[in-house]
Amino acid sequence: MIDILLKYFPQLLNGFWVTIESSIIALFGSLILGTIFAVMQVSRNKITRIISETYVEIFRNIPLLVITLFFFAFVAPVAKKIGLPIDGFTAGTIGLTLYTSAFIAEVIRSGINSISSSQMEGAVSNGLSWWQAMRYIVLPQAFKISIPNLGNQFVNLVKNSSVLAFVAGLDLMYNANSIAQNTFDSLNTYFIVAIFYLIITMPISYYMKHLEQRFKGGAH
Amino acid sequence: MEKAKKRQFGIVATLISILIFFGAITIMAIKANTTHQGTDTLERVKNAHIMTWGVKADTKLFGLMDTNDGQIKGFDVDIAKAVTKQIASDLNITIEPIFVQVTSSTRIQLLKNGNIDAFAATATATPERKKVADFSKPYFSAGQSILVPTKENIKSVKDLNKADKTILGVVGANSIINIKKFAPKAKILALNDYAQAMTALKAGQGDAITSDNGILYGMSMENKGYVVAGEPFTNEPYSIAFDKDQVPITKATNKALDEIIKNGSYNKLIKKWFSKVPGMNWRSLER
Repeated sequence: MIDILLKYFPQLLNGFWVTIESSIIALFGSLILGTIFAVMQVSRNKITRIISETYVEIFRNIPLLVITLFFFAFVAPVAKKIGLPIDGFTAGTIGLTLYTSAFIAEVIRSGINSISSSQMEGAVSNGLSWWQAMRYIVLPQAFKISIPNLGNQFVNLVKNSSVLAFVAGLDLMYNANSIAQNTFDSLNTYFIVAIFYLIITMPISYYMKHLEQRFKGGAH
Repeated sequence: MEKAKKRQFGIVATLISILIFFGAITIMAIKANTTHQGTDTLERVKNAHIMTWGVKADTKLFGLMDTNDGQIKGFDVDIAKAVTKQIASDLNITIEPIFVQVTSSTRIQLLKNGNIDAFAATATATPERKKVADFSKPYFSAGQSILVPTKENIKSVKDLNKADKTILGVVGANSIINIKKFAPKAKILALNDYAQAMTALKAGQGDAITSDNGILYGMSMENKGYVVAGEPFTNEPYSIAFDKDQVPITKATNKALDEIIKNGSYNKLIKKWFSKVPGMNWRSLER
């Protein structure tokens, strides 16, 4: 195991950074998209509700791999013609962002729904617009309530980033597959890779726990 | 005070559970390695009267799943059948060949786990692979080549040796390691199987697919507008693989291969599978 780690360390490290890069982009992308769609789902406008519900149902119910392959194999040739090359990394990260954002939208929506509607009414009757009330009163509390679930989603996101391996996204899993093939020693290779994934996911778990503790009792 | 204690407990508990987890995996790994060692594949085949072969199911000409009857068909499958029959008649017993679908990335693990006795899955015996598996004599003379779109003006691998070219291959295939020597400037991407590599080529994710010529000819038969360009630039014959230190079955297989070449059934199989391939000099494959 040590000899594989030493021999292929640069390759593993490259994959490690690609996985982190893709995860960070997808994390922020899906958090922003997810929040937008969550707010759209609770809005009073019927059309925005329908749009966001359709979005969430589509991306939540299609396998991540299918979404990614769709961008890799069907969108890429079209995008190339208008000068936007989509490689494996881009296709994988887009797929990851859209897929996770659908779950995050559901998490935040349930957070918003758990805030008593009288808060919204009170804020509006005190002169705030619907948007202001959402932005300053409801969403901050919804986020606090959603933290444990968001943590789950972020950890899942990092693990799901292994979808990049399927479209040659050069991530950790892609390099692991190639090393396992070169050495014919899959057991030890995937063992090392498991540790690399833990290095990313454990701090996320701990940080989310920390946030949860910090905000405990703050919102009711 | 209480909080600090709680946190300490949490950290200790996490560390202990991680240790238990990794310990269990290590023990399992050691067990998996030891239980399998010492079993002789030939003995197992003799006693069970069954020989389990790993073959490809996504590779035209060598091993392809026929969706009409669910059978895997191809040159590798027929060679496996012929070898099994020959070994059986050499030993004066009956052995039934059974076929299991493998890919370049799963075949060695399945072999190591004992799920399959051998594989004939377009595998080249390389020095690095010989460290973990035993290989028979070559049963097919393959060489690496490239598949390109007809409309692109790519005549040989030299045309791909540019920084703006991308060459596609399959994870675990030897060709992906080799191509770096012939086109060091090109970018190389590995997909999961040949179907995906073909999809990627069609989607413009690369300029060429590299693999063994036999596989590429099969792909060009199925995909109009794609041709095998230039002569093969390596010599990488296919061999049958067994688990490490399985000398008896490797010897029996080599003997069987010699016999089917001698009695002409080998050439019949070459003719059956490769005489219809356009642009392929199948007579040169005969022995």
